[in-house]
Amino acid sequence: MTASATTRQRAYNVERIVGLVGGLIFAVSAFFPWAYGHEALDDMAYFGSPSPLQWFAVVMALALINCLAASLLEPTLNNSTGFLKLLGRISKRFGWIRGARALAIGMLAYAVLAILAVALELNGLVNLEMGAWVALVGAGIAFGSSMMLPTGRAPFLERIPSYPVLEIATIALLLMGMLFASAYALSQEDGGTFLMVLVFIGALAGFAIGSGFGSWVATAGRRHRTVLVSSAFLVAFLFPFTQNGSDANMSIATQVLIFAATAVGLNIVVGLAGLLDLGYIAFLGAGAFTAAVLSESAFATINWHPPFIVVMLLSGCISATLGLIIGSPTLRVSGDYLAIVTLAFGEIFRITMNNLDGSSGPNLVHGSSGIPAIPNLNFFGFDFGQSHVVAGIELGRFANYFFLMLVIMSIIILVFTRLNHSRIGRGWVAIREDERAAEAMGVNVFGLKLLAFAGGAFLAGFAGAVKAHVDVSVVPDQYVFLESAFLLAAIVLGGMGTVMGVLLGATLLKLVPEKLRFMSDYRMLIFGLLMVVMMRFRPEGIIPNQRRALEFHVDDEELVEDVEERLPYEFVEFEEVPA
Amino acid sequence: MLEVKDLVVAYGKVRAVKGISFRVPQGQVVSLLGTNGAGKTTTLRTISGLLRPESGEVWFEGQRIDRVPAHKVVQLGLAHSPEGRRIFPRLSVEDNLMLGAFARKDAAGIAKDLQRVFALFEILKERRSQPAGTFSGGEQQMLAIGRAMMSRPRLLMLDEPSMGLSPLMMQKIMGTIAELQSEGVTILLVEQNAAAALELSDHAYVLEVGNITLDGTGRQLLDDDRVKRAYLGES
Repeated sequence: MTASATTRQRAYNVERIVGLVGGLIFAVSAFFPWAYGHEALDDMAYFGSPSPLQWFAVVMALALINCLAASLLEPTLNNSTGFLKLLGRISKRFGWIRGARALAIGMLAYAVLAILAVALELNGLVNLEMGAWVALVGAGIAFGSSMMLPTGRAPFLERIPSYPVLEIATIALLLMGMLFASAYALSQEDGGTFLMVLVFIGALAGFAIGSGFGSWVATAGRRHRTVLVSSAFLVAFLFPFTQNGSDANMSIATQVLIFAATAVGLNIVVGLAGLLDLGYIAFLGAGAFTAAVLSESAFATINWHPPFIVVMLLSGCISATLGLIIGSPTLRVSGDYLAIVTLAFGEIFRITMNNLDGSSGPNLVHGSSGIPAIPNLNFFGFDFGQSHVVAGIELGRFANYFFLMLVIMSIIILVFTRLNHSRIGRGWVAIREDERAAEAMGVNVFGLKLLAFAGGAFLAGFAGAVKAHVDVSVVPDQYVFLESAFLLAAIVLGGMGTVMGVLLGATLLKLVPEKLRFMSDYRMLIFGLLMVVMMRFRPEGIIPNQRRALEFHVDDEELVEDVEERLPYEFVEFEEVPA
Repeated sequence: MLEVKDLVVAYGKVRAVKGISFRVPQGQVVSLLGTNGAGKTTTLRTISGLLRPESGEVWFEGQRIDRVPAHKVVQLGLAHSPEGRRIFPRLSVEDNLMLGAFARKDAAGIAKDLQRVFALFEILKERRSQPAGTFSGGEQQMLAIGRAMMSRPRLLMLDEPSMGLSPLMMQKIMGTIAELQSEGVTILLVEQNAAAALELSDHAYVLEVGNITLDGTGRQLLDDDRVKRAYLGES
């Protein structure tokens, strides 16, 4: 090692130690009161007895200290022998500094949020106690020093040998953790507390991804796919049991599921086939109106009430037919036209529904007042409006619909993954990548596009039929362009072409506004900011499709190196050929 | 095997191909030569069904195909490796090759042909899981040819396979074309590099602004004064 390299190594050690001190300050601050009054957040006014939120701060600080200490001790461990050497070798596989950065960013956001929330909820900065300022200083120090550290090489934890028992146990534990975390987050009535819990979860997730633990879990998940999928559904199935009959939270959860199911359907169109559909909400609306008109509501205009299974299939078929009508003339032309036509279609659908009121057109849906008083579903005598007590826990009306949506969701996910891995899926990939070349390969471009478009519409109609019964009334103005934009945003935010990403994106987009009603005036502003930040720093979404990640970061040397490393050959520049 | 009669193709009002006729007999290598804008690529795109002719006929193995959609033409046994290679840069080599076999459904045959392509181009086998966009121009061309082979065509149309390649790589590609011919594949080749194409060709046609102005065996054209002046850079 040359002299200059040694000095650089030492210099970074100073930053590591400074960062450690920052983490320590942050941890200690939790034992001091942060707020003067008891009403702010979850009561941070005690000395020596941290509130849950303050304990979370301690957890983040300890994780940061662990990261920095490990990276500090690593060279020493590697120079020793025996067990310590083994520890060093394991430690080398982690991306400690990346993890530390994510944590430090989270800590800073956490402290700032706490200060803002206390100041807002108790009217004024004067209500802040010493502890909050100490936390801010600690987080600031940790943030500054971790940003100055070089990130070092990418973690490669996933390339250790497989230990099935350990992997399955980790998957199970993580999903259980998710269940309790989501139940805990949902039970927070206070918007500020809810946001801080989200930041805490986000910081831990960032730490997991940065340090390499995330990709290890992802690899484990791929190895034990069935375990992962079945336990994920088990956890989702258990969720209503954690709510103890709280209809407010179950209502949100059911709406989230409907939204997410629709988003996964749209992801077939946008993420797999690469067709930009800006009026997708109209297909959900078509399904909802079909179900409403055929329901036993006193306001339903068609006096035919087939069983719900038939209604659902009909809703899907009507949506798919609309998809075919819109798709067949427009899918032959290039993408931009499709976006414009679907955008117009969404509006035409809403306005048409408004006009089907008996005066401007035939009275099919009572125009803008829509169809109210849609009764609850009844499956073979099982009334969805009734509460049931299972194992001493009350499951209300929304829990019933939640279970139904879970079944529909699994059907949609199954369709999505099956299509993605089929010959049709490969054809879609080819169309998305290069339509002309796909055609020359013998891909029936028009037919496959139409299939994606109509298939996506069918699934939306499916979800819409349930939505009509959950919402009790169906009104044209529920199906505005903004909803289509939100669906698309859920896909972009979560990650195009992946199921997990879209589920996460849809949950965040639907859940956060519900919990932060006091900020509803600024909802669109915050949403817009979030999208801009995402596009700047992570255009491929939170959980990206691997191929898309490469597409967005061709200049990203680290990612390129990463790809290069996984493949044992040199990385040759893609040379552009003049046409 | 392939017969083109009085083919006229137009982009709007501009006629790119003005009534050409030529034949590609079974087992031969036939070249279309000409400068930029002569109508070579347009001709190939019309044969493979990507463009519709204004008038004229295209016959392939006794069947008229000038109104058949592109994805059906591939199923008939006619593969087109388009200009500029048009590989899928973000897909792996294997995905690219499998897309070449998209029109087929016989899994066993596809697997066999995959091995055949890998035998022909060692480098593709070595890098089968690497994104194709990370390849050099020559390797991409091999992939493009291999991908076209995956549909197990009886007639293979190659559009400018030597474009942007080093002389050494070009020799390798031309060698591959000769090898394919010896395996019984009929080849319709479009080239700007006249010397290399004529060396290989059983028969060649020279296209100038949409018309065939000259044709003959590869040897005849190599010795032709007009061809020498215009395309081989000799005076």
